[in-house]
Amino acid sequence: MSIQEPFSEGASLAHVLDPRGKIVVAALFSILVAVARTYEVALGGLVLSLVFLALARLPLGKVVVRLLAVNSFIFFLWIVLPFTYPGEAVWRWGPLVATREGLIFAGLITLKSNAIIIALMALIATAPIVTLGQALHQLRLPDKLCHLLLFTYRYLYVFEDEYRLLVQAMKIRGFKPRTNLHTYRSYAYLAAMLLVRSLDRAERVFQAMRCRGFHGTFYSLKSFSWQRRDGIFLAASLLALVALLSLSWLHPMLLVRTS
Amino acid sequence: MSEPLIELININFAYPGAPRPVFQDFNFELLPGKHLGLIGPNGCGKTTMLHLIMGLLRPQGGHIVIFGEEVKQEKDFIKVRQKVGLLFQNADDQLFCPTVIEDVAFGPLNQGKSPAEAVSIARETMARLGLAGFEDRVTYKLSGGEKKLVSLATVLAMEPQLLLLDEPTTGLDEATRHRLVHILQDLDIAYMIVSHEQDFLNHTVKECCHVHKHCCHPTTMAPGGKEV
Repeated sequence: MSIQEPFSEGASLAHVLDPRGKIVVAALFSILVAVARTYEVALGGLVLSLVFLALARLPLGKVVVRLLAVNSFIFFLWIVLPFTYPGEAVWRWGPLVATREGLIFAGLITLKSNAIIIALMALIATAPIVTLGQALHQLRLPDKLCHLLLFTYRYLYVFEDEYRLLVQAMKIRGFKPRTNLHTYRSYAYLAAMLLVRSLDRAERVFQAMRCRGFHGTFYSLKSFSWQRRDGIFLAASLLALVALLSLSWLHPMLLVRTS
Repeated sequence: MSEPLIELININFAYPGAPRPVFQDFNFELLPGKHLGLIGPNGCGKTTMLHLIMGLLRPQGGHIVIFGEEVKQEKDFIKVRQKVGLLFQNADDQLFCPTVIEDVAFGPLNQGKSPAEAVSIARETMARLGLAGFEDRVTYKLSGGEKKLVSLATVLAMEPQLLLLDEPTTGLDEATRHRLVHILQDLDIAYMIVSHEQDFLNHTVKECCHVHKHCCHPTTMAPGGKEV
């Protein structure tokens, strides 16, 4: 199995907290940081996310590896943004001109993304997907979306297996990916075959569900228990988020600098 | 003689676009308490027959009578599915809930049981099948044999009066096959098994039927499984 949830198991505070509280905090935090336009808020968010990370006590090595993966995308922003953003030139190389505003903007995006990813790792990745689905259901997210999440997750493994079988079948008949039409066509067949199979699979799963009396409503067995520590966590996090928000109000001038 | 559990009367059925019909004036009946094996080459209509009984496929002609009542529409079949359980060939089609206990409780919940009742029924059923302790196991991480037994538990938890099994032994190891044989031998309800494995059928059913286009002929077996 190559799809795993390494962060979902543990005994830290972040692992035992009620997932509903964590989802609410993570969602508010992400929105707040995503719309932030000042370094104060972005840095504050990064600090707060590190506090969450400390609560989750995740293995730092794995956290860094994940952050590197995310930052490899952000790297492309650093290649493009400073040279395309209008503003005061700070560096020239031939026809390329890097602007001060572009660099500041790229830095802000980097800070914000890392803060959000760290917070999500600490708060969301510390619960198994299944629990998250059920928690979202309890938070009154529409049934269809919750079940879409759970079904996608459940059958991801099946499709991964089917994909691997098909790739194996191609390999044992000597298939080697090259830059030619045969390769592209074979990959197209592979994708199409997976699609057709998933359609068939969906049909059979639905049949099996109907055979067991399914008539459109899901009943949940799971009940979460909201405890005192969850209340404390939610209250403390909300306070911290308000403090974060006030950072941008305290310096209204800074709002303009990067926009 | 008591009333048949299932009667298929003059059934006509063809898959859309297929050159030949699967069933033409097909007749079949299953009596209470019977343990029947369905045999025949690939594509002769064994699975189709089970799907017709469950209402997953609709015949183009003929009558289906189950527990003495004719079933025609989806709402009739909804009632049938409360009393007849179908074990699918592929366990991955049957198990869709994240954890085992949720999957086994899915049927009872649909039958209107409360979550507490559903959980206790699920636990009982699992204990009966030797699956105690599997409650919080994640369904997709089970082995092939475990998946099959859990699938069976999900069907039996609905306390069906009739069980239909579609090639239950496919891909099972010897130990799981043995467990399945014992479970079926202990069942006190009627069941029909589609299988290509004569040896498995010898241990689980007393009578086998060849599925043909028009009928489903019993082939009585002598002890030892030889056809006579």
